[in-house]
Amino acid sequence: MYPARFEYHAPTSVEEALSILERYGDEAKVLAGGQSLIPLMKLRFASPRALVDINRIQGLDSIQEDNGFLTIGALVRHSDCERSGALRGRFGVLGDAAPQISDPIVRNLGTVVGSLTHADPQGDWGSALLAAGAQLEVIGSGGTRTIGLDELFQGPFTTSLQPTEIATEVQIPDPGPRAGGTYLKLERKVGDFATVGVAVHLSLDDGKVGRAGIALTGVGPRNLRARTAEEALTGAELNDETIKAAARLAAEAAEPRSDHRGSADYKRSVVRVFMERGLRKAAETAQAA
Amino acid sequence: MTEAAVETGAFTRPVSVTVNGAARSAEVETRTLLVHFLRETLGLTGTHIGCDTTSCGACTVLLDGTPVKSCTVLAVQADGRELTTVEGLAPAGGLSPVQEGFHEEHGLQCGFCTPGMMLTATALLAENPDPSEKEIRWALSGNICRCTGYQNIVKAVQYASAKMREGS
Amino acid sequence: MAATEEIRGVGHSVKRVEDARFIRGRGQYFDDITLPGMLHLEFLRSPFAHARIKSIDASRAQELPGVVAVVTGELLAQHNLAWMPTLSGDTQAVLATDKVRFQGQEVAGVVAETAYIAKDAIELIDVDYEPLPAITSPQQALAKGAPVIRDEKEGQTDNHIYHWEAGDKEATDKAFAEADRVVELDTFYPRCHPAPLECCGCVADVNPATGKATIYMTSQAPHAHRTLFALVAGLPEQKIRIISPDLGGGFGNKVPIYPGYVVATAASLLIGRPVKWVEDRTGNLISTGFARDYHMHGELALKGEKITGLRVRLLSDNGAFFSDAQPTRCKAGLFHIVTGSYDIPAAHVETEGAYTNKAPGGVAYRCSFRVTEASYLIERLVQTAAYEIGADPAEFRRSNFIKPEQFPYSSATGFEYDSGDYGAAMDLALEKLGYEELRREQAEARKEGKLIGIGLASFTEVVGAGHGAEYQIAGLRMNDGAELRIHPTGKAVLKLSVKSQGQGHETTFAQIVAEELGLQPEDIEVQEGDTDNTPYGLGTYASRSTPVSGAATAMVSRRIRSKAKKIAAHLLEASEDDLEWEDGRFSVKGAPEKSTTIQDIAFAAYTNVPEGMEDGLEGVYYYDPPNMTYPFGTYAVVVEIDRGTGAWKVRRVVAVDDCGVRINPMIVEGQIMGGLTEGFGIAAMQLIDFDEDGNCIGANFMDYLLPTAWETPTFELGETVTPSPHHPIGAKGVGESATVGSPAAFVNAVVDALAHAGIRNLEMPVTSDKVWAALQEANLAE
Repeated sequence: MYPARFEYHAPTSVEEALSILERYGDEAKVLAGGQSLIPLMKLRFASPRALVDINRIQGLDSIQEDNGFLTIGALVRHSDCERSGALRGRFGVLGDAAPQISDPIVRNLGTVVGSLTHADPQGDWGSALLAAGAQLEVIGSGGTRTIGLDELFQGPFTTSLQPTEIATEVQIPDPGPRAGGTYLKLERKVGDFATVGVAVHLSLDDGKVGRAGIALTGVGPRNLRARTAEEALTGAELNDETIKAAARLAAEAAEPRSDHRGSADYKRSVVRVFMERGLRKAAETAQAA
Repeated sequence: MTEAAVETGAFTRPVSVTVNGAARSAEVETRTLLVHFLRETLGLTGTHIGCDTTSCGACTVLLDGTPVKSCTVLAVQADGRELTTVEGLAPAGGLSPVQEGFHEEHGLQCGFCTPGMMLTATALLAENPDPSEKEIRWALSGNICRCTGYQNIVKAVQYASAKMREGS
Repeated sequence: MAATEEIRGVGHSVKRVEDARFIRGRGQYFDDITLPGMLHLEFLRSPFAHARIKSIDASRAQELPGVVAVVTGELLAQHNLAWMPTLSGDTQAVLATDKVRFQGQEVAGVVAETAYIAKDAIELIDVDYEPLPAITSPQQALAKGAPVIRDEKEGQTDNHIYHWEAGDKEATDKAFAEADRVVELDTFYPRCHPAPLECCGCVADVNPATGKATIYMTSQAPHAHRTLFALVAGLPEQKIRIISPDLGGGFGNKVPIYPGYVVATAASLLIGRPVKWVEDRTGNLISTGFARDYHMHGELALKGEKITGLRVRLLSDNGAFFSDAQPTRCKAGLFHIVTGSYDIPAAHVETEGAYTNKAPGGVAYRCSFRVTEASYLIERLVQTAAYEIGADPAEFRRSNFIKPEQFPYSSATGFEYDSGDYGAAMDLALEKLGYEELRREQAEARKEGKLIGIGLASFTEVVGAGHGAEYQIAGLRMNDGAELRIHPTGKAVLKLSVKSQGQGHETTFAQIVAEELGLQPEDIEVQEGDTDNTPYGLGTYASRSTPVSGAATAMVSRRIRSKAKKIAAHLLEASEDDLEWEDGRFSVKGAPEKSTTIQDIAFAAYTNVPEGMEDGLEGVYYYDPPNMTYPFGTYAVVVEIDRGTGAWKVRRVVAVDDCGVRINPMIVEGQIMGGLTEGFGIAAMQLIDFDEDGNCIGANFMDYLLPTAWETPTFELGETVTPSPHHPIGAKGVGESATVGSPAAFVNAVVDALAHAGIRNLEMPVTSDKVWAALQEANLAE
């Protein structure tokens, strides 16, 4: 558990960080929480030529509601999210995901944005934020752009981010006043990746579902949007029948593989069960709002 | 930072930290893990290494009061910051309430997880002075113990909590 | 001298003296030791489970600045060190020579100025492998035509290691022929690993000037290791000093001799500088002494509700080298305790051992020498039988228990159980549990679609090896010792041949002396682990410290008390026959004011001994136990199953243990809670598995799962006390009881939740997907 040698930079501004990244092309990695990157480097599964440590850059560590969006900065730690009142209620899908990331100590350093750019298909934030319709703000030499998470995740550990770009915040659109959601995760023990994770995020419009966001963890090559389930829910009333139907659709949309966490059939079944439980909980929150 | 370092990138760096209230500094390879910096460079061997996948928490220290796994932090990341290790828990000539609790409640057997466990517990009580059993177990779920079965560790933390609330 | 303060001897929950250094972060584990000029050793490990080594090119590694040496099997072979004997009479590669035989096997070692450089150099070694088919199960290993793994052994034409039997085949066959009913269970005790939080390692310091080798080593058996080092490395035994310092857990993982110790010592000898080897967790899980991996088929013969026979066939996966640490004659350890708590007149155990392309081992992880496997089998069999005949699982057990009046009890496989009252332990467990009420609750809950299960295990195990004539490892008798010396000011030093890895010997053994001699425990310093300064023994594992060294401690204390009495008689000018002893004081019968304390006597031992008596107040005792000890208990677990996910939660654990006299109840309870947690982890989540190419899944803590404070249930403990009649203080071993007895209780609980629907078995680890599959089968899934 000794990383290979690398050149280390600790810039104090985004501009400085970008210019350093430009110099290295694809041979440098951004270091934020380090709770995914450093373990890979210790086992020498990753040996970047340089690390660009962005922890000294000011202004990247807040959770804010602004202009119709909830924004989570690049240096916001999982534990900040766990403690934040802003991620409850209508943003419950995020508030319920936060405490289930890894373990409490890792959560003190690991970042939400870092999780997204790492793009582990078993990563929980990917599903929670996909369900929430989030987008990533990214800065490069060409300027600022936003990438929808659908577009961001290309495959296991693969994103559409350029190696010379830095993700600065994730933006979640306001779901409206009558909204609710949750994240259910089946794990073998605290700190394990999800056997199955289901993120549910609903906005209600005049008693019916205005928008439904459903995303699944651990049952595909990347975090999966369960679009057929979302479509079936959109415009529908939430009752036993519609919930069960959506749950079945989500289970069908999953692409699980059999492994030590269970058979594909098992995981599909858990998707269905968690969908039912998650939708009921989301409905409760949204209707009570 | 000198121009030269910015140009080529640094393989080594000076690191200055405050550890247990004392200023310490050294030049280290940038790849040096914080846990090795503490154990080998600073000679503070109370922080232990139990795994290679950031899973066990034996290496837990407090970075500006927050528990972190020092095996998954680079020493250079701690530059300019405050660290507390197990060696810094005890007030002069005494024991902290957490240390006392671990002793009184038989919260340790082999002692290997104990430093990390006590530091996480110390941080917990600083944030939540009267945690429930569930909250204690949740907060400690990043620290593995192979010997005790955790029950006496919970009692140790409850002992410390009671002692601290008494104000004695 | 002192006022009459109660002596905190046996039976007191004395707080631990060890804590003082651990809570201050001042423990001295081997990796805390730095010696001048020390170098670091790292290993290159094989990526293949089975492959021929065609060439090794270490030239680039050797050129890396900071690298001092690269050690290969070829280099070691020149010094006759490439292979070493195992504790089971086989040989084991130190570094691979012709072939690699398991994934993770050590192929080369790099010695460098820092561990970081050593790791850099590892990456620069090129090995040309020719992969061979991998054998990943004993069934595959013993199939006709299977590739021979140990083709380097002369005369080895297949993968079979041993055949071993215990019990009476004829009597057992007869019992089965006459049975009303036969209940069978085919089950696998999966490969798991002790995974102490501190990995293995050493600092080997061979002094070039004196030729003395001082090896700081993670060793549960330092004296045995010293002797084996002397035999293997050809170093004179008085020139080897093994110091086992503070150990961060052992659980049997630190009993074998690993290649790391040998390569570090050889490197230090050749280079003339100390060499430190720190194993990483991957190395620990992939290559060191694993546990279990035992295929078991058990059958009970029943006449009505009475068990009349037990038949067991075993298939043992021993990995690439047969290196089990167990009494040498017992190829299946003490598995033949498998009749457990039950009065079974006829039993027969038959086992085969096989080589596979996996790490060597099998006997480890608080197993009491395979008693974990045996206890699991009988408790799962008995539970199954209860369901088959429609009996209550508690009553069925009780009606078959060995009765108190049957002790000492001769079992059908040759054990003589010393003492027991199994009914009393079960009574207490069921009372604490509220068993009757719980069964009612279970039935009610079932109507509402809630699945609650109650699992029991009434184990009897066997620990304390052992009697010298019967128990030896590599020829070394399993007697252990204690050396006690009282200083002039009435303080003492006790030196033991055993070695704590967290069990609290420095506190508990002092309590034994305190009890016998009336000193307070804090007056007694306990030393262990330094072979230059402690008596000889076979170390701490298999719950043997209290039964053997504990007995030796009591006996040597009594020898000293006997000399003390003579000195007392001299000081009091009385006859020995007129003296009585209480709480550290000899007094003249009928004249209590004429007395002298042990402290006064100690001083006199150096200043005023009777004419003709040798000075001093000390002794050494090597204890030869007349028998093993047989701790027992009943564990009860209550679980609830989530019908949607198959996940199960433990609602309650009640554990009643009987280990005879308890020296320090606080420490005994700590041992039990630790063992219950291991049992829970084994039942619920711990697994080292292999794919068909022999790739190991479970070589890190992301795949090999250990329970945290969050998953681990709380424990309600109880005790009964049935002393061992042959142990000097009536104590039995206890360190492993809970790991031995509890996995079956957890598994029985989950099965019990589904038994009403016909489910009889779930294989460990009982993960949620397996429960879900059973729920599907039973039509109980959500």
